[in-house]
Amino acid sequence: MRQVAGLISTYSSDEFGICSALYELGGMVVMHDASGCNSTYTTHDEPRWYDIDSMIFISAISEMEAIMGDDEKLIRDILTTAEKLHPEFIAIVGAPIPYMIGTDLEAIAMIVEAETGIPAFGFAANGMRNYTEGISMAFHKIVDRFCTDQMEQTKLPSVNIIGATPLDFSLNGSIDSIRTWLTKQGWSVNSCFAMGSSLEEIKQASKAHVNLVISYGGIAAARLMEERFGIPYVVGVPFGKDYADYLAGLLDRTAKNGQSLYAAKKAGKGKIKRLCLIGESVFATSLATAIEMEYDLDIQVLTPLDTITEILREGDRYTPEEDDLIEQLKYADGVIADPLYRALCGQMDFYDLPHEAFSGRIYDDQNPDLVNRTLTYMEEPSC
Amino acid sequence: MLTRLRREENTSGAKRKIREAFFPAPFEQGLEYSSPARGTWNIVHTGMLIPESHQIFVCAQGCLRGVVLTAAEMGALDRYSSIIIREENVIDGSVENLMINGVADILDKLPYRPKAILLFISCQHFFLAYNQQLVFDTLREKYPDIRFMDCYMIPTLRKSGLTPDQKMRLQLFSLLEEKEKNPKKINLIGSNLEISASSELVMILRQAGYELQMLNWCRTFDDYLDMAQAKLNLVYEPIAIPAAQDLKKRIGQEYRYLPFVFDMDELEQNYCRLADMLGMVHPDVRGFRKAAEAALERALQCIGNTKIAVDYTFTFRILSFTKMLLQHGFHVTEIFADTFLPEEREDFLWMKEHFPDIDIYATNQPNMRYLKRHRDETILAVGQKAAYFTGTDHFVNVVESGGLFGYDGIRQIAELMIDAYLNEKPRKEIIQRKGYGCESCI
Repeated sequence: MRQVAGLISTYSSDEFGICSALYELGGMVVMHDASGCNSTYTTHDEPRWYDIDSMIFISAISEMEAIMGDDEKLIRDILTTAEKLHPEFIAIVGAPIPYMIGTDLEAIAMIVEAETGIPAFGFAANGMRNYTEGISMAFHKIVDRFCTDQMEQTKLPSVNIIGATPLDFSLNGSIDSIRTWLTKQGWSVNSCFAMGSSLEEIKQASKAHVNLVISYGGIAAARLMEERFGIPYVVGVPFGKDYADYLAGLLDRTAKNGQSLYAAKKAGKGKIKRLCLIGESVFATSLATAIEMEYDLDIQVLTPLDTITEILREGDRYTPEEDDLIEQLKYADGVIADPLYRALCGQMDFYDLPHEAFSGRIYDDQNPDLVNRTLTYMEEPSC
Repeated sequence: MLTRLRREENTSGAKRKIREAFFPAPFEQGLEYSSPARGTWNIVHTGMLIPESHQIFVCAQGCLRGVVLTAAEMGALDRYSSIIIREENVIDGSVENLMINGVADILDKLPYRPKAILLFISCQHFFLAYNQQLVFDTLREKYPDIRFMDCYMIPTLRKSGLTPDQKMRLQLFSLLEEKEKNPKKINLIGSNLEISASSELVMILRQAGYELQMLNWCRTFDDYLDMAQAKLNLVYEPIAIPAAQDLKKRIGQEYRYLPFVFDMDELEQNYCRLADMLGMVHPDVRGFRKAAEAALERALQCIGNTKIAVDYTFTFRILSFTKMLLQHGFHVTEIFADTFLPEEREDFLWMKEHFPDIDIYATNQPNMRYLKRHRDETILAVGQKAAYFTGTDHFVNVVESGGLFGYDGIRQIAELMIDAYLNEKPRKEIIQRKGYGCESCI
């Protein structure tokens, strides 16, 4: 049945995707939601919460405020806090109840901006969509509001990384590895949306020659930069050795010819086993391609999350429901997925691939960095 | 226009001397911050106390996130399922069918047959005007072998009537039905944590021939149902009082509120009142009291004038606890709490008069995010939030009293304070675990 997760976890939501994307940029993010709902995000979806301060707060909306449509209280509370903390921007994020009562978060943001002089924007999130949509909305908005001027390109070849959040890449060093890999290929990293870069660096994104999009959440922002500044993009994550080399070639080519592209492809050398890989579509199709380039395996990507057809390869499937996965897994010889998917997999070979957006912090210490390295990971199943 | 400045510690509106503070809410309400100290229990932890039960949450994806991962982190995902409300259900009002069909689908998939299902609805249901009667009547008719408990994850309604914690305690016992009473059986209800076996309360009642039962001790669903045989419910946490009142009204169980206060005389008076109620002679608790006093004396000799910070998650009567420490010569300088229970008024006023310079800090004010979380001197913290905000590794890691009670509880707390003063703990690792006392894979 649709909309039932009887045996497995559920993914992080749009609300939390926005918080994760904006976390390091010095803004104040206000979830317009009930008291306590912020701890869900800060406990399970935000591995930076203990060590890196960020202004993620909640409005603590109550029943009467919702019934009365008391936007004044929200505005007053935001102004009071902004006066104390002086954020770089203010993001007001929707949730189930504001969605149901039709709160106009954009209008509230306009009032807040007029009162404070601080850039403010509203997000029509509702807690009922995937985190991937939230990341997408957030990065698109950042480009829209802050990357407005066409700046002179850097003299040396440079690249923006777009789509980096711990929800997809954890804090296991993957983003640093992508930076290192780019540097070794002769690229200078102009900015990273949004891990390890300040808002000031991101404002200068239009200086780059090309964008490397590493998750679905980065695609809308990359497309806007292509439209606004003519910066082309390549979609893919440099997993494994062979695929990383292949991706490096595509990045060079795209920077020169301006043709954006999606890098993942079917690359099976042979078909001795058919494995299913469950995950975020850019991450999963990149890893599937990388594995196929190095092993005699056929990998089918199953993505329960938002995607577009350009990302998926032949045979890959959009599987938003638990039942879709159960059906597809009937034909698999093995599964590569977050450990909380084991409940669907019976006795088949299972390769653990922890995904923060699914299992939260549970497997943080077992989450492998697979960027630009031989995938020894695939040599033995986890069980 | 506001000026953008570097963010520095700014406790404006988040810190008050007790002499300037109002009771019971010392701080203005506004945007809220959530610290990483996560030891308090939530409704998933509490619901799991019912043996052979299965939890199903019906919520938006974002609301599910915290509960599904609570279950996963405590290794109980096999006793948990989700039904996901999407935009289409909000628009077409189809949530009743979604719930009925969703429960059926889950029961088909589960490898076992639960004796009870705790079916949680969320804030959204109240705004959807959904028909709860229809849903539960249909499910009860369709599955007569399963008991369905209506449960609520409704933080939006926290200011309207019962709080979510009170409501959860109330629903937790809602499946109990009238049974023949056993005059020698007493329930301890409302606490998430098992009472310490060395507590004098346990010894007094057992020595008087009473059989005690707690939800934590139930091994089967029938054990849980048999809690209806008790003639008396003892409640020592205030949030369970509505549950006790409901049980009295529904199945005729008397109740007695026996708060875990830290005033030695009051504790004794409470035991005497309980004895009067049960027709017992007043218990001799002098030995327990003496042991508690001696332990506090040892703790004071060890800890001396070291500054102490306490927080509201440590025990429900945090001001009673603080007053006891102050009366015994300890140097309490900081209290971390957002509000106080109404029954704490007298302790608050006493402190205001005798120790007016004690600082009260909010824990959920936004600017607490930028509190300087380290001190140049040793601080002993009692409670996880106090440890987090003061940045000390010398802390007593107890939440919701940790099952400690009475004079024996005071004795054990004093010993834990000595241990915390002498030994450091891995603060970051410990305080981020959810549900103190539950299994945790973190």
